[in-house]
Amino acid sequence: MSTATTKDHPHLAADFNRDEPRVNWHDETLWWVRAKRDIAAHKLPEWELLRETASQIKFNVLSNLSAYLEQFEANAAKNGIIVHWAADAAEHNQIVHSLLEQRGITKMVKSKSMLTEECHLNEYLKEHGIDVIDSDLGERIVQLANEPPSHIVLPCIHKKKEEIGDIFHEHLGSAKGESDPKILTETARQHLREVFLTRRAALTGVNFAVAETGEFVICTNEGNADMGAHLAEIHIASMGIEKIIPERKHLGVFLRLLTRSATGQPITTYSSHFSKPQDGTEIHIVIVDNGRSIQLGREDFRNSLKCIRCGACMNTCPVYRKSGGHSYHTAVAGPIGSILAPNLDMKKYADLPFASTLCGSCSNVCPVKIDIHDQLYKWRQVIVKEGYSPKTKTLAMKAMALTLASPTLYRMGGKTGRLVFKYVPFAVNNKLNPWYNQREMPKAPDESFGEWYAKRKGAKNS
Amino acid sequence: MSREKILAAVKFNQPAANPLPDMEVLNTLTDVRTDLVSKYKTIATGGGSFVYEVSGFDEIKTIINNEFKPGVKIISALNELSDYIYADTVKHEDGHNFADVELTVLRTNLGVAENGALWLTEKEMGSRVLPFIAQHLAVVIGKDDFVPTMAQAYQTIGDAGYGYGSFISGPSKTADIEQSLVIGAHGPRSLSVFIL
Repeated sequence: MSTATTKDHPHLAADFNRDEPRVNWHDETLWWVRAKRDIAAHKLPEWELLRETASQIKFNVLSNLSAYLEQFEANAAKNGIIVHWAADAAEHNQIVHSLLEQRGITKMVKSKSMLTEECHLNEYLKEHGIDVIDSDLGERIVQLANEPPSHIVLPCIHKKKEEIGDIFHEHLGSAKGESDPKILTETARQHLREVFLTRRAALTGVNFAVAETGEFVICTNEGNADMGAHLAEIHIASMGIEKIIPERKHLGVFLRLLTRSATGQPITTYSSHFSKPQDGTEIHIVIVDNGRSIQLGREDFRNSLKCIRCGACMNTCPVYRKSGGHSYHTAVAGPIGSILAPNLDMKKYADLPFASTLCGSCSNVCPVKIDIHDQLYKWRQVIVKEGYSPKTKTLAMKAMALTLASPTLYRMGGKTGRLVFKYVPFAVNNKLNPWYNQREMPKAPDESFGEWYAKRKGAKNS
Repeated sequence: MSREKILAAVKFNQPAANPLPDMEVLNTLTDVRTDLVSKYKTIATGGGSFVYEVSGFDEIKTIINNEFKPGVKIISALNELSDYIYADTVKHEDGHNFADVELTVLRTNLGVAENGALWLTEKEMGSRVLPFIAQHLAVVIGKDDFVPTMAQAYQTIGDAGYGYGSFISGPSKTADIEQSLVIGAHGPRSLSVFIL
């Protein structure tokens, strides 16, 4: 992922769209997850109250974040956790590297952390001679395939089991042609068990960090974060500054929302609370800003920092489902990622806020009530104003503005359009017209509304 | 250096103070007439756990002896199940030594009906890695130890101190390959719950 991509979302989506049956399969799979979310949400009569409460707690967090961060730091330190601060991705990676280097550790096991994807930690450590193995099954699969995750909760949702079978055959020695998920999972279990038992260092993400107690919570279904952390002599946890919640009791609200929104499960298999290191081991936590404090200052976009990374907005998004996670060319794909990424690099990610129909489905399912589609619309305005909008779009918009401002031009344009449609349809029904790619062009009427109206008025007056 | 820089930037950019919402409503929004054990049973079974309502420890022993071959390594954190290795005697051992544990049996006093989660802290686990590294996990809980939702669960936990604690709601599982649910990812291949 560190290699800068030159293609933007529409082009990357077009690549994904070449295989139509696969697009339909991707679309249906994610919609099935979305449907499970609905069933889980509807089972709780207090669902809307939970969402509202979560949103308010997070708003309180954002309004008091500096104090909560200091409170968390003090309490974590009291518990024997060592706290580090990283202003950006580079500093985060350096801190992790130096912790390993000081101990002469060259191999690390990692559980899922989208923040480390954002920081490109794996590539950085690899360049410095450190071997990192991802232990979440989906992440391990994409790691072996040399790809980034395409979804924050379902990292290899874009891969077919036969492809995974081929990857495992090549790297883990499973039988050729084996594609049974049970057998492939068992193969990964055996391989990763060996990894857990031999790694001296484990890195995990953080789902929630509690200011009041200095503890942090990690949620997994596989138990990979715990297997890694409990067997290692050093556990490094990477967290963004926005992961803080005020009090332990607030975990009750977020743990009820997180997996119901993500996969439709009532809770993850493991919701683990780390408060103190075990005897003879160390826990380090790296608190990372990497642009988050800037987003906090953007009034229109600060709500995006409420995100608890459930992925519900991706599962429901018609654009995400049909364009695939990799088309977003950023660690966090989909609607929420399209708000977070332009904050980091407006030019590089100027295409992403346009990768939405603004249908509002993302906002409707968001467990912390982020106004996702409104923020995407606001980003478009900022991006156009700052001059980062796609060139073709800018030109088209300028032409449109000119045409709409002049009645003569407007009439002329309409007439030309109708004539083209009627006599030279191949001039629009071709591959150069992006609108034609996925749809039939309409039939043009013989006359415009203006012409029809003038005629009708004339007939009436005579 | 970065600490001060980050905190200053956050402080400068954060919006005006906003109060915390009232949590009391969520704590009380529960139908007390619900049979928590049967609700728990439904949810936990749905999540892949085996739930047994038992009359006593002899029954638990019988079930364990039927399910596991004699001679396999079983660690138990319960005084009442003393036929097995007692967790307290091995709690200072290196976690790697537990790689060959077939079954870990633990005791908890808190289960959550709405999601099948059982709260276990380091104290109940003996060693932190035990509930994860064992091939199978069993948990014993009293029938009066269930609360309706996570809201009451955290009321029960309160400000208790622990080095480590986890809500465990079933066997280790994954659905990363084409969304097919597979039980037994990295942790235990099964979770048996004995309700006393």
